[in-house]
Amino acid sequence: MKLKIGNHVLLIFGAFIMIVPFLWMVSTSLKTFGESMQVPPTIFPKEWKFENYAEVFESVNFIKYYINTIILTLGRTIAQLFLCSMAAFAFARLRFPFKNTIFIAILSVLMVPPQVILIPNYAILTQLGWIDTFYALIVPGMFSAFGVFLLRQFFMGIPKELDEAATMDGCSLFGIYWRIILPNSTPALIALGIFTILAAWNDFLWPLVMTSSENMRVLSVGIAAFQGQYSTDYPLLMAGAVLSTIPMLIMFIFFQKHLISGIALQGVRR
Amino acid sequence: MATEKRQEPVLPKLKKSKIKKEVLWAYLFIAPTVLGLLVFYMFPAMASFALSFTKWNGISTAEYVGLDNIITLLNDKSFIRSVINTVVFTIISVPLSVIFALVISLLLNQRVKGMVIYRTLYFLPVVTMPVAVGMVWKWLYNTEYGLINYILGLFGLPQPSWLFNPSISLIAVILVYVWMTIGNNVILLLAGLQGIDKMYYEAAQIDGASKIKQFFNITLPLITPTLFFVFITGMISSLQVFDLIYIMIGDSNALLEPLRTVVFGVYETGFKYSQMGMASAQAFLLFLAILAVTIIQFVFQKKWVHYDG
Repeated sequence: MKLKIGNHVLLIFGAFIMIVPFLWMVSTSLKTFGESMQVPPTIFPKEWKFENYAEVFESVNFIKYYINTIILTLGRTIAQLFLCSMAAFAFARLRFPFKNTIFIAILSVLMVPPQVILIPNYAILTQLGWIDTFYALIVPGMFSAFGVFLLRQFFMGIPKELDEAATMDGCSLFGIYWRIILPNSTPALIALGIFTILAAWNDFLWPLVMTSSENMRVLSVGIAAFQGQYSTDYPLLMAGAVLSTIPMLIMFIFFQKHLISGIALQGVRR
Repeated sequence: MATEKRQEPVLPKLKKSKIKKEVLWAYLFIAPTVLGLLVFYMFPAMASFALSFTKWNGISTAEYVGLDNIITLLNDKSFIRSVINTVVFTIISVPLSVIFALVISLLLNQRVKGMVIYRTLYFLPVVTMPVAVGMVWKWLYNTEYGLINYILGLFGLPQPSWLFNPSISLIAVILVYVWMTIGNNVILLLAGLQGIDKMYYEAAQIDGASKIKQFFNITLPLITPTLFFVFITGMISSLQVFDLIYIMIGDSNALLEPLRTVVFGVYETGFKYSQMGMASAQAFLLFLAILAVTIIQFVFQKKWVHYDG
């Protein structure tokens, strides 16, 4: 019994450390500038200044940042789901020359850290005239070796009898991919979708380097620049931070089961 | 091609056309991904290696300079400092994160009430935009008005200027990184713990083994594969840390020196000073370092990772 209470005390203390920065972010975002600089600090704002949020939208083009981030995230995610699942289907189900060689080559991409390809990609995208456009933000992120690998592993687990039965009924190869494999792998597709959405939404170094105009800023780059302008106005900065993180926090609460089982899956497979 | 020839005598005509169709479909299915990965990943990785031996500002023609970049870097105090910082960052942050995560996941594995709520709370920082995390913690660390120094003051403890004091700023950022990564490790370790067969513990209880003995003789050995995975992926990502440093310290600051990481150097050299060749050399050295760490871990794993059970 004593042990159990001790466990909870430890867990609550840990959870407290995890959650306090979020509460502090929200609390500060609702304070007046004067109150944020008060010593001792107030835990709850004396007067709730919701206007801070409106001010964020007025002082920078936050709506534009939102739209840009949504376009980037949707573009990369939808493309990855289609392209990775198509390639994964070929590797899991079809026979073709050089299959293993190509698959190993794809896996080797997993070892290359993103910063290594940053500079050559900058040159490539400059050549293509894509710098500071959505092409630069989206196209290179449409392909994922990780996605191919994750989905292939899952597709291999779908019973082959399903394909055979469909072939008997006159189903084409594309039909098997579309009507058998995809509907039977929603957990894996959702997991890959969430991973991609999170990575795209939170991405920073790539959009920082590949875009330059204010019109092309995504949220992460936008609030970083925002911090440069309003370095001490913490209520405003925190309102910006809340606005840019809320969509992912909400998505996490709704899809946490899928996300967590997706992450756990990777570890177990070692 | 060779496989097709071998199959020819065995297969009737109709089947042969079917195989051709299958091959055609397969190439169609993999074509976009293979092309994309070639153009935006494989070719750039090789180009990065080649660029390491050039002087190039990103616009004019690259000029071959041999090992000049590498030699310059090895004599560059700022670069050496960034390597040391990155190594220190990794050596401290990864074990800290894993140890905390292990304790938390062991506690959560006791079928505690509210397990899902705890798990959600611990995981929140993982899904939060690192740029926003950096901003919030910069505010928490604020010397005069920050929450952390206020709490320290309540207990009569010293109130350092966390991010402006070069001897503690690295530790301050490491703690934030640990806070950000614990949740991910908890999920992985918890999955590992839940995969352990209850049978082992029942047997141990019959033998009268204490909880501590059970931990060291059953739990720990059986989750070594998960621990190995957590260590490897954790080290790979902590060697690449950038966002937090950029946000918490800023990109034009004398205070950066104690915190400059290798990736920060790549960004600065390549995109602020337009020395793309030099930046590629840094990036490539980082790649080699990550590869070396991974290989060493894989070699070393035989000593401590158990794949049976």
